Amino acid sequence: MTCKSAFVFAKEFLNYHFNEDHPFNQKRVLMAKELLDEMDYLSESQIIPPRMATEEELALFHDPVYIDAVKKAGNGKLASEDGFEYGLGTEDTPIFPGMHDASSYLVGGTLTAVDEVLTGKSQHALNLGGGLHHGFKRKAAGFCIYNDSAVAIKYIREKYNLKVLYIDTDAHHGDGVQWAFYDDPNVCTFSIHETGRYLFPGTGNVNERGIKEGHGYSFNLPIDAFTEDDSFLQVYETALREITDFFQPDVIVSQNGADAHCLDPLTHLCATMKIYEQIPLLAHELAHQYCDGKWIAVGGGGYDIWRVVPRAWSQVWNVMATGKPATGMLPATWLSRWQQQSPVNLPSYWHDPDDIVPNIPRKTEITEKNAKLLESLLKYTKKRT
Amino acid sequence: MLVEEIMKTSVVTLPPTATIAEALQLLQKHRIRHIPIVNEEYQVIGIVSDRDVRDASPSVFDTNSISEELENEIQTIMSTPVITIHPLDFVEEIARVFYDEEFAALPVVRDNNKLVGIVTEKDMLHTLIQLTGTHTQGSHIEVKVPHRPGILPEVTAVFGKRKTNIISVLVYPFKNDPNYKILVFRIQTMNPLPIINDLRTAGFELMWPNNVPEPKL
Repeated sequence: MTCKSAFVFAKEFLNYHFNEDHPFNQKRVLMAKELLDEMDYLSESQIIPPRMATEEELALFHDPVYIDAVKKAGNGKLASEDGFEYGLGTEDTPIFPGMHDASSYLVGGTLTAVDEVLTGKSQHALNLGGGLHHGFKRKAAGFCIYNDSAVAIKYIREKYNLKVLYIDTDAHHGDGVQWAFYDDPNVCTFSIHETGRYLFPGTGNVNERGIKEGHGYSFNLPIDAFTEDDSFLQVYETALREITDFFQPDVIVSQNGADAHCLDPLTHLCATMKIYEQIPLLAHELAHQYCDGKWIAVGGGGYDIWRVVPRAWSQVWNVMATGKPATGMLPATWLSRWQQQSPVNLPSYWHDPDDIVPNIPRKTEITEKNAKLLESLLKYTKKRT
Repeated sequence: MLVEEIMKTSVVTLPPTATIAEALQLLQKHRIRHIPIVNEEYQVIGIVSDRDVRDASPSVFDTNSISEELENEIQTIMSTPVITIHPLDFVEEIARVFYDEEFAALPVVRDNNKLVGIVTEKDMLHTLIQLTGTHTQGSHIEVKVPHRPGILPEVTAVFGKRKTNIISVLVYPFKNDPNYKILVFRIQTMNPLPIINDLRTAGFELMWPNNVPEPKL
């Protein structure tokens, strides 16, 4: 199955750059794009440039005072003690020149993807520059300044009045987006992530279900540290199918953080490329089944930018454009070019070898615990008969 | 931390002559479980819980409409004397009272038994959550250290060097071994990696899940 899909990209995405030592590195987006280029999976006609989000658009979610602080910070005019209140100038979100423009491009990229799909020009659209799900109304956090998904979903609600299902498979809880729509029954958020017991941000417990009108429309699956492919996919697929059927969305927005992989340095999950084939496949299937194909996907976390993220993100596009993930070997030209920069050996195949996953103690208990969590998660989605 | 920092100061009370029906109504309206009974000088002379009131109410199976039981005065069922606490008591100490006496609420009184506040089990738990720091964004690291003087600054120096803010620190025993302690830190960063590396390099032993080295670094 081939669907009309759009790939949002511009070199400006790489301007979202904190410093050389920072783990968040948008070179990932370029690597993924070049990988697709060299496989001939991406043609010029499919690429659309992002626009810059306007301040009015940012203000759909963010506080104007905060936007102002980000602008000042990017111009070197925000005193460091004034940045603290907004989370600006911390180790996680340091101040860098032009940070307002750079962040506005990422948001604009997601808005471009939204318009592309919701005006019917494409069925699916991908903005790998987006997915900054920790951004808060008036605070930067967890490498995120503006929260593109939250802004985009507000934009969808306002401009198109559709019911949005937000799916977040980043290894960290999608807290910024969840809190943005915590009381909104027209936006359903589902985040699968490593339990917050050890990992940032700490929230995302199964009992966070929304408040007021929005109660029952926030879903969290905080799986255990060292969860592997089988358990991940089992709980993820069951949960997502049931939640989608329960909510009956008009459009799907999926955040595709690629940091649940066993090679990711920041998290304790232990998945392989297998989940990064299945995640887009399922989103694609459900988008066609429930939303007439309307699916917007964004990037997110992912801190092994060499071995994991380019492959994982390319597979999102492959599924969008062709209906299936790529298999076999990676192009030699791409490998040799990036190998020069990479401190680690790049993999040669799309899939991971079996021995990549370390032998994890307590595998049975972890699987058991995740299954129990699933049961608790779906307590309210069972059809009342 | 002192009781005055966590107590609620607006307390729903009743005079001893109020009826059980009034108590029932207040419990439902305010969604509370305890009502201190105070005299005209606002001194605590008793306390009733939702259970006391329920015990004194007619059974749901009793279909006779208006029941006289509910018209009895509240002082006929209140518990007395009441164990009370002072605003300057330590939260840690009153936790002990909750634990030992199995109460769920303690009235706070000042000179001559005058009611100034109330602390419930829920307030206690909320305080504990604050102590663990789990209510704010952060990463969690546990370090096993020998139980000896000077160890805490050695460990926290690592955090200071990385300019990482510590949200909370807890110290708890390591199983039954008195020679070790577990230090639990919540730190304000999404990237604990440099700190985990520094701690390892400095020879500290990390606990699950940071004790599994390769390939998770």
